[in-house]
Amino acid sequence: MTRFLKATGYALGLPAILLTAWWFGSANSTNPFWPPLQTILETFPTTWTWDRIVGDVFPSLARLGIGFGIAVVLGVALGTAIGLSPTLRALSEPVLEFFRAIPPPVLVPIIALFAGYTGWLGKIVTIALGCLWPILLNTVEGVRGLEPVLGDTAKSYHLSPWRRLVFVILPGASPRIFAGARQSLSIGVILMVISELFGANRGLGAAIVQFQRSFAIPQMWTGVIVLGLIGVLLATVFKIVENRMLAWYVGQRQIERGV
Amino acid sequence: MSITTLLSGRTAKAPAAATTDVALDLRNVQKTYDTPGRPQVEAIRHLDFGIRRGELVCVVGPSGAGKTTLLRSIAGLLELTSGEVVLDGEVVVGPPEGMAVVFQEYGRSLFPWMTVRQNIELPLKEKGIAKAERRAKVDRALEEVGLTEASEQHPWQLSGGMQQRVAIARAIAFQPSVLLMDEPFAAVDAQTRAELEDLVRKLWKDLGVTVLFVTHDIDEAVYLGERVIVLSNRPTVLMEDVRVNLPADRDQLTTRSDPHFGELRGHVYELIQRAKRGDRPDAPAAPPAAASSPEEA
Repeated sequence: MTRFLKATGYALGLPAILLTAWWFGSANSTNPFWPPLQTILETFPTTWTWDRIVGDVFPSLARLGIGFGIAVVLGVALGTAIGLSPTLRALSEPVLEFFRAIPPPVLVPIIALFAGYTGWLGKIVTIALGCLWPILLNTVEGVRGLEPVLGDTAKSYHLSPWRRLVFVILPGASPRIFAGARQSLSIGVILMVISELFGANRGLGAAIVQFQRSFAIPQMWTGVIVLGLIGVLLATVFKIVENRMLAWYVGQRQIERGV
Repeated sequence: MSITTLLSGRTAKAPAAATTDVALDLRNVQKTYDTPGRPQVEAIRHLDFGIRRGELVCVVGPSGAGKTTLLRSIAGLLELTSGEVVLDGEVVVGPPEGMAVVFQEYGRSLFPWMTVRQNIELPLKEKGIAKAERRAKVDRALEEVGLTEASEQHPWQLSGGMQQRVAIARAIAFQPSVLLMDEPFAAVDAQTRAELEDLVRKLWKDLGVTVLFVTHDIDEAVYLGERVIVLSNRPTVLMEDVRVNLPADRDQLTTRSDPHFGELRGHVYELIQRAKRGDRPDAPAAPPAAASSPEEA
């Protein structure tokens, strides 16, 4: 229990200090772009009503979820195929490097040309494409880096291709897949916002831009805070899932390090 | 792993009729590594010997004698340049059904994301054995190796010796016709090693399985084997097929202090020393190869 309290204390300590600094630092601010934190927090409940959460936050999160989900499925599937086949790897490596080097936000206007500015499709495609590369490349490395003795073991017990995939290849690559997915998730959050900046009337990013354009500056700040909170929430959920799925990996590493 | 190697093991009918008491037969086995852009490496020049059903045969050789190449070829993990390996009358062209391998790297041959039980159970699932029977087989295998308590633990929670016991349990639960062991105890401490050696002798006697045990340790080879096959340096040929006529009941203390054990040990040691110096049966200075080729059972 004391350990839990200690951990919570550590986790909340720095945010508390930062908030306090913000609170007092901005307390007497008359700069319209830099309103006191008190004003921002007072605007929060009236800005983020249930209606707005349903109308703006949920659609954004849904698009993020769908886009990220597509990226995971595609990235793991393609990554596994490329990781297992030297031929596919030789064919796809230059192309992968090319696409990886393109900053995902650049794709927003291009995708919008094909998939439309206002609908869900363009935004989901943007998020999925941006999230795809880290997952794909990490999956390739994870599959390639699989312990050869495990492969020999699977072969000598002649596991079927399906069992090898499900019980050997994917679990073996899972630490790398998760590392890629974690990177992708933060890219996804960024793209979720960016994809709404250009042409959207609903959504978290769109709401923030609208506040800014109508000089509702405290409201704009509340939007930024909501984004930050969503980031923390997503990271926590991801961590929980990862700890469950990679419990063996964490345990093994601790023992190897002699902790 | 490439996609092509994802295909599971196959065997083809051997052209020659195999005698039923020979479990594993190596016929004119030769292996040359031929990687494009690199000089050819002749690993195995000529090996020709058989292992009778229920025999425990050890293979020793100086380091770099192609022991691992030989084992991987027998296991169907490596293609031969010429010759053939015949298991139960069928030529090995991929990992065969009736073979289980215990690798040297115990820590890396067990699936760390599975519990001990799941590790042993997976090959049985593949065999299509029903759940209740699988459970019984796993329990029996764990009991044989003395690991009943550890069934729900993960391999990395166990000591090295215990991990290798899990690998052995997985192999015997599979009920292979031939059990291959590739320097399985090279990485464990001396005391654990002695225990594991006795475990192998016990399993061999209890289960009647045919065992081919590759090691670099001369004492271990003589202590364990009914026969010790001594390999030359590379390119590998057979130095000598030494028959170990020690009593069937062996234990670490009395067997190792038996004068006959000492003689055999000395003999194998001498062979290895000669092999290291490059003295080989097929070399011009040595006696003709035919003189030292093994007589098949």
